[in-house]
Amino acid sequence: MRADKNMIQRLTQYIKSFSFWDFLVGMKVTGSYFWKKKITIQYPEESTPVSPRFRGIHALRRYPNGEERCIACKLCEAVCPALAIKIEAEPYADGLRRTTLYEIDLFKCIYCGLCEESCPVDAIVLTNMGDYHIEQRGENILTKEKLLAIGDQYEVQIAKDRAEDKAYR
Amino acid sequence: MLNNIYMIAIIFAKAIAIVIGLIIMVLLLTYLERKVIGYMHVRIGPNRVGPRGWLQPVADTIKLITKEIIIPTASNRFLFVLAPAISFGTALIAWAVIPFDQGVVVANINAGILYVLAISSLGVYGIMIAGWASNSKYSLFGSLRAAAQSISYEIAMGFALIGVMMAAGSLNFQAVVMAQQGGFWHWYWLPLLPLFMVYWISGVAETNRLPFDVAEGESELVGGFHVEYSGVTFALFFFAEYANMVLISALISLLFLGGWLSPFQSIPYVEFWFAWVPGPVWLLIKISFFLYCYLWFRATFPRFRYDQIMRLGWKVFIPLTLIWIIVIAFAVQLKIGPWFASG
Repeated sequence: MRADKNMIQRLTQYIKSFSFWDFLVGMKVTGSYFWKKKITIQYPEESTPVSPRFRGIHALRRYPNGEERCIACKLCEAVCPALAIKIEAEPYADGLRRTTLYEIDLFKCIYCGLCEESCPVDAIVLTNMGDYHIEQRGENILTKEKLLAIGDQYEVQIAKDRAEDKAYR
Repeated sequence: MLNNIYMIAIIFAKAIAIVIGLIIMVLLLTYLERKVIGYMHVRIGPNRVGPRGWLQPVADTIKLITKEIIIPTASNRFLFVLAPAISFGTALIAWAVIPFDQGVVVANINAGILYVLAISSLGVYGIMIAGWASNSKYSLFGSLRAAAQSISYEIAMGFALIGVMMAAGSLNFQAVVMAQQGGFWHWYWLPLLPLFMVYWISGVAETNRLPFDVAEGESELVGGFHVEYSGVTFALFFFAEYANMVLISALISLLFLGGWLSPFQSIPYVEFWFAWVPGPVWLLIKISFFLYCYLWFRATFPRFRYDQIMRLGWKVFIPLTLIWIIVIAFAVQLKIGPWFASG
């Protein structure tokens, strides 16, 4: 209580503090929220909308005829700031250049999306799957088979996201 | 001889019934606490174990019972294990004098209020011994705070009870409740309003609940007096805290809100519509209201600063109760009705 306050201010302050005015105001706020609709999203069953630009787990895509898109140009390997991509390549029996080894280390990856931007054939992409986990040591390395499998599994979603975002690329 | 054994058996059965009822209350309270606070945070709270999360407290109990009890090497083993037992015991024995209806009580003693006051003061020993026996600085700080707080608020609580005692002219709980006959406006909360508020706030402080939970103070003291406790020993402290919350709610219902009396007494017609409701149900409704307030306070208020708690206890509550005791003395002497007309 400061000395320069006048009588009426002091009196109102006394009345306020003895009638628990501020406490009741606070309790009114929490009390009103008690009846409000709950905004919780129950995660495994429900999820928030995901942007088509979301950068989640990686995938290697194929052409509609089943042929791998990747031509082993190694631009992604070169651009990767975290050195998470490792590629080895040699010409296949049919004369086309393909990767024999394509590995992404998920622990190194920073999900910047530069690999996707650099890819001339849209082979390596970041899907919008943000919820995956690693159970065993070594599972953090995504091999070529795994990447292609992810691509096959989510191809519809990947194509849809790319189409939605096409105008801005 | 046979008669004596029969009496003891009856008392024993009553005690068991109270303990079981209390355990159910505490289990429900832990569930509802998380649910109510969740709702006030616009969340939905626990909803995974059992339908709508109803079995969550059972899961927690199983977890606490099966967990390892860790006894710190530097602790005093005997006192370390004794402390939760003291807390638990004092939380239970106060219920001996709480009447649930006319004549439904384990021990109908004349000095019931005095007994409750004594027992609730004993509860702080459990906390103090726990803090000291743990041999940890956080525990010790927590227990010192709890001790200082309990002692400060006990005085205000005692004065509030003196007001009730003067108004009712008795220390027996049943007599206090029967003196409040006559419906909502005849209960003591109105003539003793300042004492009612003081008793309620002191009760919150006495049970170390938010906003007065500096004894636990998880943000500065980790967990206060029970930092070192785990498993069943922790569960006992936890149970004691919640049982004390129920006890304070029951006491305040009995002393200021007419206990098992219907709020519609002496209102024509309405009184008879609710005449079929048994007394214990009214008591339970009143207890539930105060328990809800406990949770409401916890969801609303931040923790008080320690010196503010002490200032509130010593410089606001004690003078306030002293003044109101004098007012009550005059009111009783002058037979100001409807409360003190018969007194």
